[in-house]
Amino acid sequence: MPIINPSYATDNFFDEMMASKGQVRPHYNRLHQRLGTLTEDDFNKRRAAVDLAFLRRGVTFTVYNDSEGTERIFPFDLIPRIIPSAEWARIEAGLIQRITALNLFLHDIYHEQKILKDKVLPAVQILTAKHFRREFMNFSVPKNIYIHICGTDLIRDHNGQYLVLEDNLRCPSGVSYMLENRAAMRRAFPNVFQSYGVQPVEGYSDQLLKDLRYIAPKGGSKPNVVLLTPGVYNSAYFEHTFLARQMGIPIVEGRDLIVKSSKVYMRTTAGLVQVDVIYRRIDDDFLDPYVFRSDSVLGVPGLVSACRAGNVSLANAIGTGVADDKVIYAFVPKMIKYYLDQDPILANVNTYLASDPTERKFILENMEKLVVKSANEAGGYGMLIGPASTKAEVADFRNKVAENPRNFIAQDPIMLSRSPTWCDGKLEGRHIDLRPYILYGEKVTVTPGGLTRVALRKGSLVVNSSQGGGSKDTWVLKGES
Amino acid sequence: MAQNEKQPISRPQATVMLSRVAHSLYWMSRYIERAENTARLLEVNQQFLLDFQGFDDTGLKEHWGSILASAEDDVLFKTIYDVADSHNVTDFMSLDPRNPNSILSCIFAARENARMIRDQISIEMWETINELYLFLKGRERSEIWARGPYEFFEDIKRHSHLFQGLTESTFSRTEGWEFIQFGKFIERADKTTRILDVKYHILLPDASDVGGAVDTAQWQAVLRSASALEAYHRFYVHEILPWKAAEFIIFSETFPRSLYYCVTRVDEFLCRILAETGPRRRTAAARASKRLLSDLQSLAIDDVLNKGLHEFLVEIQKSLDHIGDEVVETTMFYKAEISSEEQQQQQQQQ
Repeated sequence: MPIINPSYATDNFFDEMMASKGQVRPHYNRLHQRLGTLTEDDFNKRRAAVDLAFLRRGVTFTVYNDSEGTERIFPFDLIPRIIPSAEWARIEAGLIQRITALNLFLHDIYHEQKILKDKVLPAVQILTAKHFRREFMNFSVPKNIYIHICGTDLIRDHNGQYLVLEDNLRCPSGVSYMLENRAAMRRAFPNVFQSYGVQPVEGYSDQLLKDLRYIAPKGGSKPNVVLLTPGVYNSAYFEHTFLARQMGIPIVEGRDLIVKSSKVYMRTTAGLVQVDVIYRRIDDDFLDPYVFRSDSVLGVPGLVSACRAGNVSLANAIGTGVADDKVIYAFVPKMIKYYLDQDPILANVNTYLASDPTERKFILENMEKLVVKSANEAGGYGMLIGPASTKAEVADFRNKVAENPRNFIAQDPIMLSRSPTWCDGKLEGRHIDLRPYILYGEKVTVTPGGLTRVALRKGSLVVNSSQGGGSKDTWVLKGES
Repeated sequence: MAQNEKQPISRPQATVMLSRVAHSLYWMSRYIERAENTARLLEVNQQFLLDFQGFDDTGLKEHWGSILASAEDDVLFKTIYDVADSHNVTDFMSLDPRNPNSILSCIFAARENARMIRDQISIEMWETINELYLFLKGRERSEIWARGPYEFFEDIKRHSHLFQGLTESTFSRTEGWEFIQFGKFIERADKTTRILDVKYHILLPDASDVGGAVDTAQWQAVLRSASALEAYHRFYVHEILPWKAAEFIIFSETFPRSLYYCVTRVDEFLCRILAETGPRRRTAAARASKRLLSDLQSLAIDDVLNKGLHEFLVEIQKSLDHIGDEVVETTMFYKAEISSEEQQQQQQQQ
């Protein structure tokens, strides 16, 4: 029996493959035909081979709260998500526009704060943001780039319109899965893949290295670039080693580095060797116990002073987290207008701020119809999906919002688009999002594709790996179908 | 310490190696070699007992007791098990996670070290070590016993050989290679002394019945534990004589598991790591290694037997330990440490 089922239903959601029952979108035609000839048995064999390869290669993440420190593979769905070329071009332009504006915003609020003086953004919101780093006021980062690496979360609503859900300007992860998923798909479906004409994602790590070298303090032909990891127990450790490998740079822990006379060195078997650029996968808070959390054992004492002295460059710069605040997110369309004098190409999800008295009233009165999020949580935690919650949960959140309005926002619930996904022995629609990866160096580049995450639980809208999410390969086509 | 005063240098990136990475390569290599040697030792001794079922309980206890003692694991063993019989000793030395030297613990430790330097080793090396880890992790102890310990020992040995072969053919000849080889040969030298030590009492000057059937079989077992039986025959074309066997395992210049051969390699890689090029050695580690090598070059088997084989072996073990520690000291800027609980928690918060 072929795995594609004639009774595959779109259930009134926007389905990536089917325009309506029985009508396949043109760019999915070829895949649809192939699935029509693929038997379940054959499909399962390919699936098992891919899973085994992931496990053997150690493409895993660590599950916390598990006494054995279990490593699991990120569940991978073999049905790719396909994006035609023109659709992608619009996404790409929208992302470049957005990161450009955000970067200008960061420069502004750490210098003149014109946007606050012109009252486009309320000053109190910025200055009370959790990740605003007062210590870095009037500090100029190399080449004026704050956000070197960004992984924006996009979703599609019931009309198929792309919306920005989150910007992720600190240490976005998942790019290694984008690359490993592609490698897996090429092995699992070589012919379909080849017949489609898919834009390559493999240039990512070369571009990343180029952009990291671009910010080296003193130029020079061979700056010493390193990747700073929290260590082997971090859930993204696989990704850190993967990227270091791809770029051929050392992966270091805080204890491998030492600061002397405001210069950073790594401890090697031959002595100390100076470090020029650090791609850090550690949050600001843990970076330097002298300046931020003094109990940090992951950071490097003195790193901030070396950075201030201009002897070492960090990617991303310190202080980008302020723009990850979900309250600040609400103002990004205004930033685009203010700094670039353009209309946003990619829209935000309609957002209400609890700190605004009128909007707060609306939130409190309509909470069961809204998605409520706290301003600084990630990973699908600290949120309430009104329509899917009990009366008690709603009441509990209502109290939280009333107590600390600055810390909450609410959004209209979005019925995320669905993609055919293999679950429980059949192909069914499951909700997905998309995290493309944007690099900012001499110019801004967006890798064609990204990590498509899928909520494997039926009906679930939460795609996070920590909460039952999986992933898919994302094919951006060279043409339209 | 002296190395802390070294002037910062700038070298081309490719040749620079973090001390922590060097340390992990060294231990990864040692643990793999340790697992393989333990597997061979247990396998040979199990087979030996099958051939000689005449052993009474006391004989059995002595037999396994001497194996435990040679591994210096007898104290820990007694806190966990009552009787030193085949099952208990084999279980303790191969699958017991409470024994840090069990094959299981060695493979887990090798894999943990490999994971920490995942970016430094080839994908083939990683897959081999990870596959073995997944195989061990996915199985109950009872399941492995039911399948038969021989297959288990075979698996361990095969994976170790595969790993070492892949290292040979996929790992660049950089400083990392020197640490891997140094670790492998120092571990192998140590294990060879222990394999020999199991049977040292047969070579005591007053031992009677030398050359009896049991004795020959015991020495066959010793040679096989060091993978040396065929090499011995090819070299001597002679029946197995205890002192000849001991001489071969200690002094052979060509057999890659002999003590002399291993120590030669240890000295070679140590000198490369510490950049020792002159005839007079600069570092304490290199001087200790040179002394050990000179001993093995100048002594004859009679000297060893007169002194007492056991005493001789214990001294060698001590100097190997000393050399290993010294090299680690000299190339590391901080003590080896495993992540504290606090570090683990913070790593997870990121």
